[in-house]
Amino acid sequence: MSAHPENVTVPAKGEIVLEARNIVKRYGHVTALDGANLELRAGEVLAVIGDNGAGKSTMVKVLCGAVVPDEGQVLLDGVPVHFGSPLDPRKRGIETVYQDLAVAPALDIATNLFLGRELRCRGILGSWFRLLDKRKMKTEAQKEMAELKFHLPSIDSAVEDLSGGQRQGVAVARAAIFARRLVIMDEPTAALGVRESGEVLNLIRTIRDRGLPVLLISHNMPHVFELADRINIMRLGRRVALTTPQQHSMGEVVAIMTGAMPGNEQASGEDAA
Amino acid sequence: MSLNAAPSFNRGTVSLGRAISTPAVGPLVVLLAFGAIFSLSTHTFLAVGNLSLVIQQSVIVGTLAIGQTMIILTGGIDLANGAVAVLGTIVAGRLVNDGHNPVLCLLFAIFLCTVVGLGAGLLVSRLMLPPFIVTLGLLGIVTAATRLIAQGGSFPVTDDLLGWTGNSFIVDGSGVTYGMLIMFGLYSLVWYLLTQTAWGRHVYAIGNNRLAARLVGIPVQNRLLSVYMFAAFLYGIGAWLALGRIPNADPNALQNANLDSITAVVIGGTSLFGGRGSIWGTLVGTLIVSVLRNGLTLSGFDPLWQDLVTGVLVISAVAVDQISRGKQR
Repeated sequence: MSAHPENVTVPAKGEIVLEARNIVKRYGHVTALDGANLELRAGEVLAVIGDNGAGKSTMVKVLCGAVVPDEGQVLLDGVPVHFGSPLDPRKRGIETVYQDLAVAPALDIATNLFLGRELRCRGILGSWFRLLDKRKMKTEAQKEMAELKFHLPSIDSAVEDLSGGQRQGVAVARAAIFARRLVIMDEPTAALGVRESGEVLNLIRTIRDRGLPVLLISHNMPHVFELADRINIMRLGRRVALTTPQQHSMGEVVAIMTGAMPGNEQASGEDAA
Repeated sequence: MSLNAAPSFNRGTVSLGRAISTPAVGPLVVLLAFGAIFSLSTHTFLAVGNLSLVIQQSVIVGTLAIGQTMIILTGGIDLANGAVAVLGTIVAGRLVNDGHNPVLCLLFAIFLCTVVGLGAGLLVSRLMLPPFIVTLGLLGIVTAATRLIAQGGSFPVTDDLLGWTGNSFIVDGSGVTYGMLIMFGLYSLVWYLLTQTAWGRHVYAIGNNRLAARLVGIPVQNRLLSVYMFAAFLYGIGAWLALGRIPNADPNALQNANLDSITAVVIGGTSLFGGRGSIWGTLVGTLIVSVLRNGLTLSGFDPLWQDLVTGVLVISAVAVDQISRGKQR
């Protein structure tokens, strides 16, 4: 297989943070991923796009540990890693935001931000009595939300009292707070209206500007073109092109996506098939 | 909605509290209202001995309802809690009657209840069976097993330890049983666990949005298992309280305790859909039913009215829950 970074025509700046090499995943007779490659570089928003069945959601599942690939390698900072469960990437500082709002609606914002990672009091109170440090979680939550410039009514509000965009903002903020290496966003705006999407897109931009690379999976072309530094186009289980919003227009990207126009990695893909 | 609409959300400023503690306010008002009505309509309701009796009468169901609350908060339900408690009373009663060490017998009975909870928890968490079906099946199994162990008899409690929870001391003229103190202690303990520890937040989160709970890394299966086991442990304590209240281990006792405990939980404002409610609400719910039964009896109503009014309360409580949830959408 030769579809490696050296073949890529797009100028790449940062170090490669997360890399997927020749990933193959079959479900019975269906080959969801057929030697797919992907590189996420430091400081960028990399959009992964593709038509239905192109393999983008399987790719996300591989990268966030929900699916173990049949072949191929995932490398984090150049070191091969094995993600056997969704907890593995998380331990290595990779957070994922899902399209269905992964929040507990009846619980408040601070509780949701720290859900599954609650802070306990110091000393015996924390270790023996398992007492939560609610005050600290609240102040931390407030601080983080202020840094992300994400406006919320009150950190004490129940999440169900928020708008859809604000709710997804909570999920995105949670990922941003705990991610040390990168954030994967799987269709973060799919369930949202136009204005609500705007809030979440701003938040993603802030996260990128703070230095966390973002892997954005989306089928929403305007959002992709608004946010992405580079675009990884998938078709039939592999990458067919790596481009930027400046190199190709939205129409061209859609054409590559659907096979109407050849991508810049067509050759390697067709050879292997 | 956009950011500039934010100030209109300011009503939700009560934190986790809003989800957990406020639901108990409505039931508390109902309890006080019933108390006031019966205080005015009868001469006997407020008598010190009577209030003590009201609480004593709610000790068993009140304790079973603690476990029921935790299970309902996860989105489940427990139809077997009364049966499990009766199993505890029969095992302890029979073993003590056979001449074994009462302390060990009691501990063994509570342990056995916890093992039943382990079984229920494994079926619910590992096999993903619906809690309704699991506990319906357990209701039959445990009831039958209890009768087999009892061999058609009942076991009068003569031992001091088994009956200890029914002993009382006098405070200001009214009797306080150790059973009451144990019940209030358990409520406080579970309040602490549910609201002050990560475990409790996980219980709420699982009932609220199970998928989200799993995605944020909460060990959902283990949490569910611990809830069912802990609840069953409390049913074991409930068995001890039952032996103190009525010093006779009878396999036919507590047949409606499962539904009564669900009634208490629902009247207490906990949502049957899971994820919302408070343990104090359940205590208030238990007391409402107890006050109602006591007050109507003292007022000279036919006992049938007790069930009728309780039924109305259950439906009203669920309607309030439903409507308030509807408003939040």
